[in-house]
Amino acid sequence: MKINLNINGVSKAFLIQENEYLLEVLRRNDYTSVKRGCDNTSCGVCTVLFDGKPIPSCSMLAIRCEGHEITTVEGIEKEAEKLANYFGELGADQCGYCNPSMALTVYSLKKENKHATDEEIKAYLVGNLCRCTGYVAQHQAIKKYLGDES
Amino acid sequence: MIFMEIGKYYAPETLEEAYNLFVESKDNKIIGGGAWVKISLKRVEKLISLDQLKLDYIQENNAYYEIGAMTNLRSVETNENIKLIYSGILNQAISNIMGVQIRNLATIGGSIMGKFAFSDLIGVLLVMDAKLEFYKLGEISIYEFLDLKKIPEDILLNIKIPKRDSKGYFKKVSKTHLDFSIINIAISKGKNFIIAVGSRPGIAQSAINTANYLNSQTNFTEEILDKACDIAIDELTFGSNLRASKEYRELLVRTYIKRGIRQVIK
Ligand SMILES: Cc1cc2nc3c(=O)[nH]c(=O)nc-3n(C[C@H](O)[C@H](O)[C@H](O)COP(=O)(O)OP(=O)(O)OC[C@H]3O[C@@H](n4cnc5c(N)ncnc54)[C@H](O)[C@@H]3O)c2cc1C
Ligand code: FES
Ligand code: FES
Repeated sequence: MKINLNINGVSKAFLIQENEYLLEVLRRNDYTSVKRGCDNTSCGVCTVLFDGKPIPSCSMLAIRCEGHEITTVEGIEKEAEKLANYFGELGADQCGYCNPSMALTVYSLKKENKHATDEEIKAYLVGNLCRCTGYVAQHQAIKKYLGDES
Repeated sequence: MIFMEIGKYYAPETLEEAYNLFVESKDNKIIGGGAWVKISLKRVEKLISLDQLKLDYIQENNAYYEIGAMTNLRSVETNENIKLIYSGILNQAISNIMGVQIRNLATIGGSIMGKFAFSDLIGVLLVMDAKLEFYKLGEISIYEFLDLKKIPEDILLNIKIPKRDSKGYFKKVSKTHLDFSIINIAISKGKNFIIAVGSRPGIAQSAINTANYLNSQTNFTEEILDKACDIAIDELTFGSNLRASKEYRELLVRTYIKRGIRQVIK
């Protein structure tokens, strides 16, 4: 069957099966910045924005997305690049597997709460696991990004 | 990748249609946010989505707040009015569940209908004296819902939280933020105390004798608080599992019931 999505600002039709999750459909269609980790809502690497809000695409049935706006990291390219520069400056990435999902969540945090405190940043990002960095440098980079008015 | 097998997916536009599809067969299931359905079901004959039924809302009147069953947890958590009631314990309890991603997906209806033993919400809804409105069953209290031997074959439409001038306390104890509760404790105090303890590891239970004892007191001395904790340990059942022993859970309950009472009588 076919569903229509507005993906990164472009309307597109996707062929899906009724039991497929959004993650699978996106990856099959070359949106491979959306990663698979736990497959059960625990790790956050499959994060996409669904009508602007971060959700775990591994657990959202694709069929329920008909007509909705889906954003992957490619859809927030400029903001993701800004964040990536702070990550680079502060040595906040290693393997990079968590980065696209982290960028989407941080972008959403900035929209919701630009002046987030340290605790609020931690609370908002608790669902984005990173297996490499230990989070400290990422946290500092995120703070710099939130304060960036450019 | 192995997915839950779905015979056919339906997104009916009327409640009657959704209900009829649901009760047709035990193999037909309702999907709320679907986060739990995904990891708990292998095969569903007919999967019935409630997406088209306009059950995603939060509204209020003079007597209560009404939350549509399809409202996601994050919308409840961030609702400024709901933050103001019962010292914001509903928002607090939700904000302690996993990350924002799942809270944007999982619904309040699914969180109740799952009747999860680990639930951080059910205890809070107990001390708020919440009412549940079902399509066929009508309105029942959350107490009645928990007393039912089986989860009703019905569609949960909304949750009503009475507007009361009550203070609230909530505590979740878990090994990490992403883990289930070892124990969770909710207390409210308006005219009377209501106390609930969840993840014992059984589902939230109301400590009625403890509340009755406290309701008969005027001076909350250390001795009175100790006695209240003794009653709570006596009337609630605790057990051991991988997360914690029965004895540890009892110790936590003593500590946090005391702290909670002190907080709500301030
Ligand atoms: C990995 C993981 C960790 C979690 N950790 C916690 C935690 O620490 N604390 C906590 O409190 N919760 C936790 N939860 C539970 C979560 O918060 C939700 O309660 C859960 O996902 C159910 O919500 P849902 O909308 O996804 O429901 P679904 O998965 O869609 O449905 C759950 C059940 O409810 C039924 N149902 C749904 N809506 C209705 C309705 N309106 N009428 C009738 N039946 C309905 C479904 O048929 C199904 O049986 C966790 C969930 C997951 C997946
Ligand atoms: S793959 Fe979706 S949350 Fe881990
Ligand atoms: S940098 Fe490797 S998982 Fe985060």
